[in-house]
Amino acid sequence: MTKALNNRAWLLVLPMLLLVAINAVIPLMTVVNYAFQESFYGEFFWAGTANFEAVLSSDRFHNALIRQFAFTFTILAIEIPLGVAIALAMPRRGAMASVCLVLMALPLLIPWNVVGSMWNIFALPDLGLLGYGINWLGIDYNYTNQPVSAWVTVILMDVWHWTSLVVLLAYAGLQSIDDAYYRAAKIDGASRWAVFRYIQLPKMRQVLIIAVLLRFIDSFMIYTEVLVLTGGGPGNTTTFLSIDLVKKALGEQVLGEAAAMSIIYFLMTLLVCWLFFTLMTQSDAKAEYRAGKD
Amino acid sequence: MSTTNARPTRRIRLKWLVPTLYIIFLMLPIYWLINMSFKTTNEILAGFSPYPQNFTLDSYIEILTNPAWYWGYINSLTYVILNTIISVAVALPAAYAFSRYRFVGDKHLFFWLLTNRMAPPAVFMFAFIELYSSLQLFDSHLAVALAHCLFNIPLAVWILEGFMSGVPKEIDETAYVDGYSFPHFFVKIFMPLIASGIGVTAFFCFMFSWVEMLLAKNLTTVQAQPIASVMTRTASSSGYELGLLAAAGVLTLIPGALVIYFVRNYIAKGFALGRV
Repeated sequence: MTKALNNRAWLLVLPMLLLVAINAVIPLMTVVNYAFQESFYGEFFWAGTANFEAVLSSDRFHNALIRQFAFTFTILAIEIPLGVAIALAMPRRGAMASVCLVLMALPLLIPWNVVGSMWNIFALPDLGLLGYGINWLGIDYNYTNQPVSAWVTVILMDVWHWTSLVVLLAYAGLQSIDDAYYRAAKIDGASRWAVFRYIQLPKMRQVLIIAVLLRFIDSFMIYTEVLVLTGGGPGNTTTFLSIDLVKKALGEQVLGEAAAMSIIYFLMTLLVCWLFFTLMTQSDAKAEYRAGKD
Repeated sequence: MSTTNARPTRRIRLKWLVPTLYIIFLMLPIYWLINMSFKTTNEILAGFSPYPQNFTLDSYIEILTNPAWYWGYINSLTYVILNTIISVAVALPAAYAFSRYRFVGDKHLFFWLLTNRMAPPAVFMFAFIELYSSLQLFDSHLAVALAHCLFNIPLAVWILEGFMSGVPKEIDETAYVDGYSFPHFFVKIFMPLIASGIGVTAFFCFMFSWVEMLLAKNLTTVQAQPIASVMTRTASSSGYELGLLAAAGVLTLIPGALVIYFVRNYIAKGFALGRV
């Protein structure tokens, strides 16, 4: 669809722009403002890049960053294949399909602090089904004082919470495949794997990019669930970037460093966002080109 | 012949296993929460039991009769609904502009919008507190509703733009030729055409505002505090009120479950646009 050039369209965008700008630009400027200053008993001094240097050279930031990447890649490696597998196995239509969708969407609508509380209770070593069950199997498990248990619990919680999003996206991608493709594949005697590789996977490509993007970004800013479940502990073992940042800004009141860290953090997400956006628009353009040729 | 018949049936039976196991996995923690919510404190402290022995509604009665508790829910629902209305209302014309016109800077604007969906709230948190304090809105429903616009408006524009692009442009042109003014056309003709899209958008705005707690908690203290704050206070103040905490958690599941039920046929469609 070709669109007409019309700069008055800005008028339609304006109310939205104002509201988002209040929330995005002003706080961002506040953060930038603090990042270059040093506070000393309520007075502010120009600090240049000292705050950035302090953050970038601190072990605390490096460790939080490493934990963050370890967490994000682990959950991506679990949730994406698992979500695709479940979507492939779901009934394609009928009442059971809607029952599945409704039940699977349920975790997505639970407030994040409740997700944390729920897993907190579920995983209690003496009272929770999960904790009690694992200990009953003879494995020593206590997420409040063992880093390994804490990590397993946090990852299980995230898989529980977000795999459904991948399932729903992949399922929607599969729904868009015309039955004719499957019939043709059947006539050609294509194997299950060939159907997946040459029909289903290409059709899911677009939604899978979005799934990876969303899961990457959202897990990169995970805060509430982990805070309620483990409080970032034991020690600092589950202190991810957001938790560390809020600790710095509100708990320790080192605003300058917190602001510098915010900016570094934001730039990282922005970079990833831009990479995916380019990837997406490119595959859009390719699809259009192909459609144009047919 | 017999082998070709046997194979598909076996595969179908195995296929059922995957979603079934997954749903069981999803339901277990929820079951456990419900289980805990019907137990008395004594029973909880007595140790592990797979279902309530002395079934009680005490926790629910406490929550539904104590204003400190039920105001948490009312506050949460207030800012969520407020946010949904604001987000959809300003996103509608903006999405129309993106779907119908080219204008200076449109692509950059769209990307900038998306980056806001991706910005970690923790990054802006203390700046948000300062901003809403200086606007005299701190600890009000409006503050949270406006703050949640940061990620909900971009989302709403994105989803709506997809639905609007599915409506042929000829409809707009015919209406203008027939002498409809833009607002008249938009409300009377265009909005009914994308009604399901508006529904899906409202659903996602509701969902993301309802689940977000970092901003909601930190922008409020007393007047507008969300249910999350009340729950956190309970968890930390009196140690072992697990039954109460569980019951409060179960009650937060209800709005979500209701909303999903109503839009169940559209969920896949909203996701199909790949715009969440």
